[in-house]
Amino acid sequence: MKQNTVTWFKSGAPWVWGSAATVSISLLMVVSLLVMLAMRGFGHFWPSEVIEIEQPAGNTFGERKQREEVPAQRLRDMGMELPESVEFVARRLMKTGNRDVTGQDFYWLLEKKIENAKAPAEVVVLERREWGNFYGRLLSVKEAGELVVSGDDTYAELQKRLARSDELFGQIEEIEKHKIGAINYSMERLRLKRRALELKGALDKAAEEKIRTKRDSLQKEYESYQSELQALYRAIERDSLVIETADGQPFEQPLRKIVRAYQPNKMSLIGKLGFYFEKLWEFVSDDPREANTEGGIFPAIFGTIMMVFLMSILVTPLGVIAAIYLREYARQGFLTRVIRIAVNNLAGVPSIVYGIFGLGFFVYFLGGTIDQIFYPAALPAPTFGTPGLMWAALTLAILTMPVVIVSTEEGLSRVPKAIREGSLALGATKAETLWRTVIPMASPSIMTGMILAIARAAGEVAPLMLVGVVKLAPTLPLDGNYPFLHLDRKFMHLGFHIYDVGFQSPNVEAARPLVYATALLLVVVIVVLNLAAISIRNRLREKYKALEN
Amino acid sequence: MNSESQKVLLAVDDPVMVRRRDRRMLKDRIVRRMMGVGGVGVVVAIMLIFFYLVYEVYPLLHSAEIGKSSEYSLSVAPTDKALDYLIDEQVELAFRYGDSGELTAFNVKTGEVTNRFELPVPEGVTVSSYTNSGVEGALAAVGLSNGSVIVFQPEFKVSFPNDVRKITAALSYPLGESPIFISDDHSALKKLAFQSNEDGTTLVGWQGGATLSILRLEIEESFLDDEVTLERYEATVNQQLGEIDYLLLDEQQRILYIANLVGELHEYAVSDLDMLDQPQKIQLTAEGEQLTSLRFLTGYISLLVGKSSGEVSQWFHVRDEQGVPKLRAIRSFMNQNGAVTAIAAEHFRKGFVTLGENGMLGLFHTTAQQKLLTEKVSGKSLTHLIFAPRANALLLAAAGGKLQLWMVENEHPEISWSSLWDEVWYESYDKPEYLWQSSSSSDDFEPKFSLTPLAFGTLKAAFYAMMVAIPIAIFGAIYTAYFMAPRLRQVVKPTIEIMEALPTVILGFLAGLWLAPALEDNLVGVFSLLIILPVGILFFSWFWQRLPRKVQDLVAEGWQPLLIFPVVMFLGWLSFALSQPVEAIFFGGDIRNWLTNDMGIPFDQRNSIVVGVAMGFAVIPTIFSMTEDAVFSVPKHLTFGSLALGATPWQTMTKVVILTASPGIFSAVMIGFGRAVGETMIVLMATGNTPIMDFSIFQGMRTLAANIAVEMPEAEVASTHFRILFLAALVLFGFTFIFNTAAEVIRQRLRDKYSSL
Repeated sequence: MKQNTVTWFKSGAPWVWGSAATVSISLLMVVSLLVMLAMRGFGHFWPSEVIEIEQPAGNTFGERKQREEVPAQRLRDMGMELPESVEFVARRLMKTGNRDVTGQDFYWLLEKKIENAKAPAEVVVLERREWGNFYGRLLSVKEAGELVVSGDDTYAELQKRLARSDELFGQIEEIEKHKIGAINYSMERLRLKRRALELKGALDKAAEEKIRTKRDSLQKEYESYQSELQALYRAIERDSLVIETADGQPFEQPLRKIVRAYQPNKMSLIGKLGFYFEKLWEFVSDDPREANTEGGIFPAIFGTIMMVFLMSILVTPLGVIAAIYLREYARQGFLTRVIRIAVNNLAGVPSIVYGIFGLGFFVYFLGGTIDQIFYPAALPAPTFGTPGLMWAALTLAILTMPVVIVSTEEGLSRVPKAIREGSLALGATKAETLWRTVIPMASPSIMTGMILAIARAAGEVAPLMLVGVVKLAPTLPLDGNYPFLHLDRKFMHLGFHIYDVGFQSPNVEAARPLVYATALLLVVVIVVLNLAAISIRNRLREKYKALEN
Repeated sequence: MNSESQKVLLAVDDPVMVRRRDRRMLKDRIVRRMMGVGGVGVVVAIMLIFFYLVYEVYPLLHSAEIGKSSEYSLSVAPTDKALDYLIDEQVELAFRYGDSGELTAFNVKTGEVTNRFELPVPEGVTVSSYTNSGVEGALAAVGLSNGSVIVFQPEFKVSFPNDVRKITAALSYPLGESPIFISDDHSALKKLAFQSNEDGTTLVGWQGGATLSILRLEIEESFLDDEVTLERYEATVNQQLGEIDYLLLDEQQRILYIANLVGELHEYAVSDLDMLDQPQKIQLTAEGEQLTSLRFLTGYISLLVGKSSGEVSQWFHVRDEQGVPKLRAIRSFMNQNGAVTAIAAEHFRKGFVTLGENGMLGLFHTTAQQKLLTEKVSGKSLTHLIFAPRANALLLAAAGGKLQLWMVENEHPEISWSSLWDEVWYESYDKPEYLWQSSSSSDDFEPKFSLTPLAFGTLKAAFYAMMVAIPIAIFGAIYTAYFMAPRLRQVVKPTIEIMEALPTVILGFLAGLWLAPALEDNLVGVFSLLIILPVGILFFSWFWQRLPRKVQDLVAEGWQPLLIFPVVMFLGWLSFALSQPVEAIFFGGDIRNWLTNDMGIPFDQRNSIVVGVAMGFAVIPTIFSMTEDAVFSVPKHLTFGSLALGATPWQTMTKVVILTASPGIFSAVMIGFGRAVGETMIVLMATGNTPIMDFSIFQGMRTLAANIAVEMPEAEVASTHFRILFLAALVLFGFTFIFNTAAEVIRQRLRDKYSSL
């Protein structure tokens, strides 16, 4: 039936359509955000084509990055010469690497200048430990300054020698980070032990002698590692390569500074896929390099998991006990109602308020007191009186407590009265009733609460900035040194990593793709956790619907 | 009773069973106790947040306290008059400068003399005037009866023999021990002023009569070798005041103030001794009033003027209409009825203390514009009032070496209602302003702790977020709850929940690094979207209902969002595609240029639009879920009744459903607002974090929450700055807590209403 336009307007149908459109807009916002993150995050690891850019000052190699359209006037104001008729021009950001040569590894180029650029097959990309990527043509490989190979076999020989230097680098890292790190840690513990004895006034000759012999043996161990290190360093310094830039300048690069070398323009699809997954694996399993703008984010992943794990150990039992008390034991009246509203509202209190509370109360007050009582030897350097893993976990536990309490209470309230009464009538005590019937029935909602708490904690950054995260933690909070779990250490966190690398980094352009990848990882984790919580909750509802009938 | 049941009864009373039962009961009691303790403990722990915030903020409200710690007589010659005193930072030792040229170092708590020094005053010459370099006071000079000057520096040397702090007094002469003649005139120096810094020293002397002599000693470093030579520059000023009672020179050695008891002040620019202009003349006092005290506030920007009426006023230079800096009375303080006989300024804060003729002591702070304390102190003959460097002790001296040491507890004088929330006229500013500027590199910096720009920024960010969120969330929720097909609803609701769970750090990062530059490039597109989208949708729906019924039936009732999804995408694309031609035609190809140059509107890349969209994104799901809940639980019989009476679905919606659900929608908006107010990461990353008071949509802001995140790691524990950040947190806490509680109460009422319907 066709309506006439006036009655159609009067019926309010346009409004219905309008509100339908707002639903579409909301959905579009979510979907496009996720799609964009996925595209940019996943795209980062794909080896992109390297083209040769012809420039009057000398050619350069570069990778194409994002493209944008800008008003021509703005470029004219910047001193660029453009024909008057042009209103808008497309330009593209080029990643040209070679920061140590040119001093600048990103710049904008007009799109039409690179439209017909060639992609020479022989271009080699060197991923280096410092100064970012190097793009060039491989000339030769040298051993101890002597030419070993040049010409066609150079690339194959390079890969062989890179494998060797990579192996050596791993050994050096192992010694420097773990073995010498452990010795330094033991030394520090000895120093603290000595200071503690001194403070107690119990530092006699025998004790001092014992400490000295221990220190000497550690020192000896340290020296043996040092000589081993020196040998390794000599070995790794052996090889180098010579590479020339697009405009023909040769540069010698020691292999120890190179992570990997590849020829993106020669790669087949399979090769690219292999490269992609290799990079992806590096991203989740490696330490960051170059002020967090390259390499992996393993310490951040590890720190996030550690902190969330500790937090859930703290928050689940406490939250459940509080909920059981409020629902099952406390007399229901005005006071419990007020408490319930208050707890509910704490979920809406800004997270930064929890952060400042954690810093003031936990770190300065509790931590300071703990230091005075248990760690006087280390003073004035604080042990727990400074932001760290434990305080972060505790702060987030308080922050997520309302989520667990509310969810658990809801679960408890859904358990039908008949079940409780049946259990009590059969002679079970209240504790037995709770433990055997009520809590098992409410367990899915406890789970839901826990998952939601974890999801919230994993994404929370503002309070953590005050109570324990750092941009780069030298050591993980869990390692092989007694007492293995170091609750007083600072840690890295995915969310803070995003903020720090995206906004505090000296080279934002270089860091941007990595931030997208990190953001994607965080979003995936949180979306999966939330979907799990939602599906558990839905199943739960079905179950109780069945019970009620 | 048969034997079976007999057995059962016996078994129940069996000792084993009894024991077991006892154990079970005990366990039950233990669990009950544990749950009680644990539950109450957790609830209390959560409540602790509020009390802890209050505990940290409370000292801000604490007023100053002062108490006499000791009183003693110093053993000095009875004829010797005190010129000045100086206390060390730890309040252990002090110096007394006597007019006989004797310097006495003594324990400031007991009066026990530890050292005596003699200034190298030549034979037959007496001390005729004295000055010190101002508020820091360490460097001092005496003018002699032969027209020469001795500059001396009393020092407190700290050493740690055997790990115990020991302070000893010492004396040095930075310009040498031999007296320096200011001019060729060898008559007695009646008034003296001097200042010294790395570049040089300026001495100003008045020997009676119509001229002032100025001597500048500049340190010249030779470029060839590192030899240092002192260059002498001399000048004289023809003063027009007659008798000079006060002679002051600022630390930069740029401005010389001379004043007399009647309150006439002449001000000379002396930075260039070759070009001495006529003085600027200012009257400091009213008719019949006398100028009883004149000195600098710390920082040498402000003058503190004490008058016979008991009023103390603060003066500093403010640009007048012609842009010429002129001294101006900024604020005044009243303490006592008697004349102000002495003023002492704190060394590192903008506080000062005054002493009245009638023995009333007043403690003030200029920025906070408040009187912190008044105290009656004994003794009419008090001559000196000396602050310890940390302003934690005050030495009152009477003639004849009688001293009183008072301990001052005054941790946070800079905080008052007006300094936190009102416009404050800060030093070197041309008018009172709302400013937040918490720290600086210099010691005598005047901190600007106005929370108003931060609160303003918070509300501004929340306002723009709500502008984005409210229409989308409420209309979307109404549609989802009331018109949408159940199967679609099962997809939409979890999607919105996912949207709620997205970490704000990701929204902030996208807003700052992607949205802000994208918006800057497509500004026209954004504004045209606001027009094209509604018009386009209206047109599309009109067109759709003109289509044959068969086509319309392809999309069932309640599935419109799916149909309109591509339309929205197309319209979005259209507005951005049109953006370039529109920009070219109307704004000369570059709207940003047009805004800043033609319209004079400053444009930040990270502006309110970016924050509004990003934070709107974060708030939409909160409002959406709660509104949807409220609309969905409107009892069905109400809507059926309305529909049965012939109302269209939308009429039912507006006249019945929304009216019934309005408290719920209102509380949803309130909770969304609370979330926007407290959001930290998005604002931190998507704005420039500049604390400005400007409602412009093209500029950023700094919010309370972001401010805490930025400044807390650097705030010194227990300092005023630290406590103000806690105050900001308390404000946020209170604000969101009140909003949420109100919303919750409204929702409870609504639920009761529904259940009664």
